Amino acid sequence: MNGASVLDIDRPAIRRRTLARSLRGTLKGGEYTWAVAFVVPYIAVFLAFVVYPVVYGLWMGSEASLYRELFADPIYQSTVVNTVLYLALGVNVKMFLALLLSGFFMRPGRWMKALLLIFVLPWAVPQISTFISIHWMLNGEWGFLNNVLYGLFHIEGPYWLNDRWSALGAVIVAHIWKWTPFWTLILLAGRMAIPLEIRDTAKVDGATGLSGFVHITFPLLANLYLICTLLSTIFLLGDFNAVTFVSGGGPANQGHVLATIGIRNAFDLAQPRLGVAAVMSALPMVIPLVIVLMRKLRTAEVQL
Amino acid sequence: MSTITAEARLTSSRTASRALRAVRRRHHLETAGTLLLSVVLIVWTIVPIYNMVMISLEPEGDVFTDHIWPRVWSIESFWGVLTQGHWYLEHFWHQFANSIYMGAMVTILTLTIGTLTSFSIGRMRIRYGWLVSNAALLTYVIPASFLAIPFYRIMQNYGLANNLWSVIAALVAFATPYAFFVFQEYGRSIPIEVDESARIDGASPIQIYLRIYLPLMAPALVAVGTYAMLLAWNEYLYQFLLLSSKSSMTVPPPVAIYYAFRRRMTAGLTMGGVKG
Repeated sequence: MNGASVLDIDRPAIRRRTLARSLRGTLKGGEYTWAVAFVVPYIAVFLAFVVYPVVYGLWMGSEASLYRELFADPIYQSTVVNTVLYLALGVNVKMFLALLLSGFFMRPGRWMKALLLIFVLPWAVPQISTFISIHWMLNGEWGFLNNVLYGLFHIEGPYWLNDRWSALGAVIVAHIWKWTPFWTLILLAGRMAIPLEIRDTAKVDGATGLSGFVHITFPLLANLYLICTLLSTIFLLGDFNAVTFVSGGGPANQGHVLATIGIRNAFDLAQPRLGVAAVMSALPMVIPLVIVLMRKLRTAEVQL
Repeated sequence: MSTITAEARLTSSRTASRALRAVRRRHHLETAGTLLLSVVLIVWTIVPIYNMVMISLEPEGDVFTDHIWPRVWSIESFWGVLTQGHWYLEHFWHQFANSIYMGAMVTILTLTIGTLTSFSIGRMRIRYGWLVSNAALLTYVIPASFLAIPFYRIMQNYGLANNLWSVIAALVAFATPYAFFVFQEYGRSIPIEVDESARIDGASPIQIYLRIYLPLMAPALVAVGTYAMLLAWNEYLYQFLLLSSKSSMTVPPPVAIYYAFRRRMTAGLTMGGVKG
């Protein structure tokens, strides 16, 4: 009896101690306070500027009637087609070019290093002014492209940005121009990380050229290539600048993508809920991507 | 016998020279291919940049330009920007200062928050640190432009509408996850024993952070700092949405608008001139 009562008195204290230990881990009391104090700023920023806007956005876009209105909008319908094309062509052409060019830049020599330095310029120069420059280049009257076409072949070039498909094509090409260098560098780093012995052994075994690429290089790069493709898909989906400055969502609002139509609905039409709904309609595509990416990134330790 | 060996030698040297020639031809072909691809890459890379430089160096009135390089080189446009010589650029230097201030703040905050977080999670091994890592990973893969509309709203709730700090907050929120990952990755190369021996010698966590962790992380700090600064400098959407008064604007929106309109305005003027 006596012993039991002693146990009863002690139990909460023990429980408290084990709870504290499970929270602190191996850290001593004072150190634990420091460790918590160190993560508090990030948690505060995350709650105030990521969680709150996400929840607020979900709340803003929670009415079903918004989506009925949105899906009936012909501009939204063309936006979806544009977004799919932009994603499919922009991401894949860019990544494939980056894969090939990263192989090209593996060649030895000082010339290749100099060329690489020139090649990464699009990535290094400020985005907005180059996209505006591309916009001007495609002007039908005095654009650089049509001037060159006329000067070299005496062809009167079309008004590139007045046609929906050529305007979208211009945006895709601008995106490829801007971002191929970055992904080439990433894949180049991936190729360089393949141990020299593997490449040499493969060469001795006769795996050179195409067969070396198919059987040795690509299998080793495949995971990185997949992660890059997924990340680039997400980045491109949220890309506002290329569309805004190259085609301006034109002609006649036929060239929007989901990232720009949301802003247009919210700020040009003053219908923020409709804007949020447009963004939310991308979630069925974004969520699986995010889940796959988070799994891959957590295991692969890729540096981007 | 001797004729046979001589012949054999001759044929062998012939095949050798043929093989040599084939190797050489292949080498030449490769060089030619490299050269061709190099030229294509250079043209592809340079043209939009060249066009940008050319337009900025053109005299204001040269609109109907059917030439590919400026007939006259002029730094008129740059002068106009620097002297605030256009109604749209009357606050240029003020806005330039805003950009610098914003870039500096974003960089400092990103580095501070990023290193503190990665120190606590990576070095002190705080429990449930993986939750924070996942939060950061999630932030990293959410497109920033998707949060722009609710962000605009909540900034009004926070009383930060039309305030530089709203943009700084947004950029810090989106830059810290990347900073955190780079710091975590780089921190792995620093042995944990360094921290432990300092701990045994009686150093407090803040001393370890300031005296040991930060100096050893210097290269990563430089890399992430550059990234944060460039992010702040290149960001357009949040600045465009969150800042509306000219005195709180940073450089990108007015410069973008000026560029976009300058052409149109001068085009309109000269067209009128030709018709009149």
